[in-house]
Amino acid sequence: MATTYRICPRSGLQFDTAAEKLMRWNAVAGVLALLLGGIMALGVVLTRWPAVHLLPADQFYLALTSHGINMLLFWIIFFEMAVLYFASSTLLHCRLATPKIAWLGFILMAIGAIMANVAVFQGESSVMFTSYVPMQAKPHFYLGLILFAVGALLGCFVFLGTLVVAKAEKTYEGSIPLVTFGALTAAIIAIFTIASGAIILIPTFLWSVGYIREIDTIMYRVVWWAMGHSSQQINVSAHVAIWYAGAAIVFGAKPMSEKVSRTAFLLYILFLQLASAHHLLSDPGVGSEWKVVNTSYFMYFAVLASMIHGMTIPGAIEQAQRAKGYNKGLFEWLRKAPWGNPAFSAIFLSLVGFGFLGGISGVMMGTEQLNLLIHNTIYVPGHFHATVVIGTTLAFMGLTYFLVPVLFKREVLFPGFAKLQPYLFGLAMYVVALVMMGAGTLGVSRRHWDMAFAGSPMAYEWPGAAYLMMGLTGIAGVVAIIGGGGWILQIVFSLLFGKKLDDGETRSTPIPLTLPPQTGAHAAHIGTPGTMVLALVFLVSFILYYFVNWKYLSSLWGMA
Amino acid sequence: MSAISPPAERIWWKAPIDKLEFTWIAIALVWSLTMFTMMVYWHIAGGQNLSNETYKTTKEMFAAKAQAVVDKYTVRTETDQQIPVVKPPAGSDIYLIGRLWAWWPIYELEKGKAYKLHLSAMDYMHGFSLQPQNINIQVHPNYEHVVKITPNQLGTYSIVCNEYCGIGHHTMVGRIYVK
Ligand code: HEM
Ligand SMILES: [Cu+2]
Ligand SMILES: [Cu+2]
Repeated sequence: MATTYRICPRSGLQFDTAAEKLMRWNAVAGVLALLLGGIMALGVVLTRWPAVHLLPADQFYLALTSHGINMLLFWIIFFEMAVLYFASSTLLHCRLATPKIAWLGFILMAIGAIMANVAVFQGESSVMFTSYVPMQAKPHFYLGLILFAVGALLGCFVFLGTLVVAKAEKTYEGSIPLVTFGALTAAIIAIFTIASGAIILIPTFLWSVGYIREIDTIMYRVVWWAMGHSSQQINVSAHVAIWYAGAAIVFGAKPMSEKVSRTAFLLYILFLQLASAHHLLSDPGVGSEWKVVNTSYFMYFAVLASMIHGMTIPGAIEQAQRAKGYNKGLFEWLRKAPWGNPAFSAIFLSLVGFGFLGGISGVMMGTEQLNLLIHNTIYVPGHFHATVVIGTTLAFMGLTYFLVPVLFKREVLFPGFAKLQPYLFGLAMYVVALVMMGAGTLGVSRRHWDMAFAGSPMAYEWPGAAYLMMGLTGIAGVVAIIGGGGWILQIVFSLLFGKKLDDGETRSTPIPLTLPPQTGAHAAHIGTPGTMVLALVFLVSFILYYFVNWKYLSSLWGMA
Repeated sequence: MSAISPPAERIWWKAPIDKLEFTWIAIALVWSLTMFTMMVYWHIAGGQNLSNETYKTTKEMFAAKAQAVVDKYTVRTETDQQIPVVKPPAGSDIYLIGRLWAWWPIYELEKGKAYKLHLSAMDYMHGFSLQPQNINIQVHPNYEHVVKITPNQLGTYSIVCNEYCGIGHHTMVGRIYVK
């Protein structure tokens, strides 16, 4: 079958037709997982809302397990496969290496996702997505996750293969684009992640069918989190790459410094995957030295990298906007940004929420001693809804608004709703994350069916404020689900019934990317004072919050 | 040329870095180092550090040690289940068992006195979550974690289980009195 290429008349992007189809299928599979995970979110959040307390305990834990795996694993990773194919074959004007293997990967992922869901819905596998031993799920739960991971691994290899093909066939000049570099970061981390996943899930599977007698619980948590944490780094790399892409697509923004941004991505590869220790800060059996070194030298380099991206992306937007003449005062560039364009607003809300809510809380939790304050409380889901929902999911949603006409060749239906959607979903999620963190600060447990402890001989009475926060989690959670469900409906309706747009020219040879002749002249330099002010506001909030927690810790029982 | 195309300048690694961008990187680096220093500083000067003292154990061994302390120092029982309330001498070793779905036994401690609290689980992992203090520690089966604690306030404290441990997880609450 000969490779053909389509030039999208709306974006000028060039798609390998085979790659394009894979991107569409992966994105659609991801959205289906999001749909299922979202329905489960409704059950979870309505149960944790004390006044509603919808589901019985067994169904709650089942729904929570399904919510975790469908959201964190299936939705995000399917979508990331689409991003990898886009960042390699489309951005490099290149054919996709071995589309057949990419399809095999997709099929394995689909079978794995279905198998794990079947296991969960049969009951008896409500072990949460972390599946901590010695609690045991049915063998096909683990097998499903393993198949899914192997499929994703194949996808990563196809991505790497495509980079090699592009280089060999000289489809571009110079270096790969920054966004592709970010995707490369994600793929490299993914390979490490999946290897860790295999190291822990394969023995666990063998244990569940009776070939292995026992799995050590501390060892399980160390290795499981080598996968669980690194997979969050895949997400960070992927959504940071999408932030850069969004700034480029909406504003034509050019990175402030290729060198800085690429180095920051490199720091992710070098340091992020080692940060699994911060999931074990309140565990016995692993030493303080390991905890401190791992969470500081290793994690802080990654934090440093995120702080760099957090400044250079708005900085690049500021430069692009100032170049267009929005030069008044510190913030005209931001006021005059296209707030009604969902591709922009989603990405901007994603960036700010990820930094302020997800970043600051994450570093607080990742501090050895401070972790004692929040370990296993609902603060933890509060934190990661700021990272994987506001950060990753909202960025993916924003990108999709751009992809519907470009990749799916359909007009987005209900443009009025599209303008609102990022605010509805994003801001509701800001509230969900904040009130969960609030409840967690008061001690409320995560993964807990009843904060009234019905049936316990010695029930503990949470303060009224904790009930209030959990009630607000319920209300804001329902609003977020409406915002997310609305997005799914809008995208699905657009794909099915949106006006068909023309395909554009199809050709049998790719047009290579060429660079303009090097003139040696530098464009006039534009400063970014507005971004710097925002960055300093961020820093001050960060420092205050960090030390408030030390103050709180110092008032507790002595421990040594 | 933007972030979705190859860099226009071929030799991008020689391009100068913006002044403000560079300043921000420097600030971020200093802040990261400060945070690192805080953790080390707290190990030296702080009063709340999680102990690293851990031993491999078995369920039987740990249960026997807990039973010995309970047999020696029980002062009364509470609730329908007759959970022993144990009042050990200040400074002694005390053992807390986490099992489906209870923390056992109840302790009565003295304010300002240190105790060596041994934690272990009999089946799944459990989560020791002391309320309303909000101190949270992971408890593993087959490991004995020894934490020196010094209660600094009077009151009745609850130990909520905050590691999911099955259908009765929400009923797993224990108690410590500080008198
Ligand atoms: C659409 C609105 C959403 C709402 C209202 C929501 C609500 C919640 C709540 C309340 C919990 C904590 C329950 C507990 O620990 O007792 C939770 C857990 C979780 N959520 Fe969401 N969520 C939403 C979307 C998402 C998305 C988009 C993702 C991932 C991309 C996600 C990933 C997770 C994960 C991984 C957990 C942890 C499950 C566990 O503890 O095993 N959620 N969610
Ligand atoms: Cu428990
Ligand atoms: Cu529990």
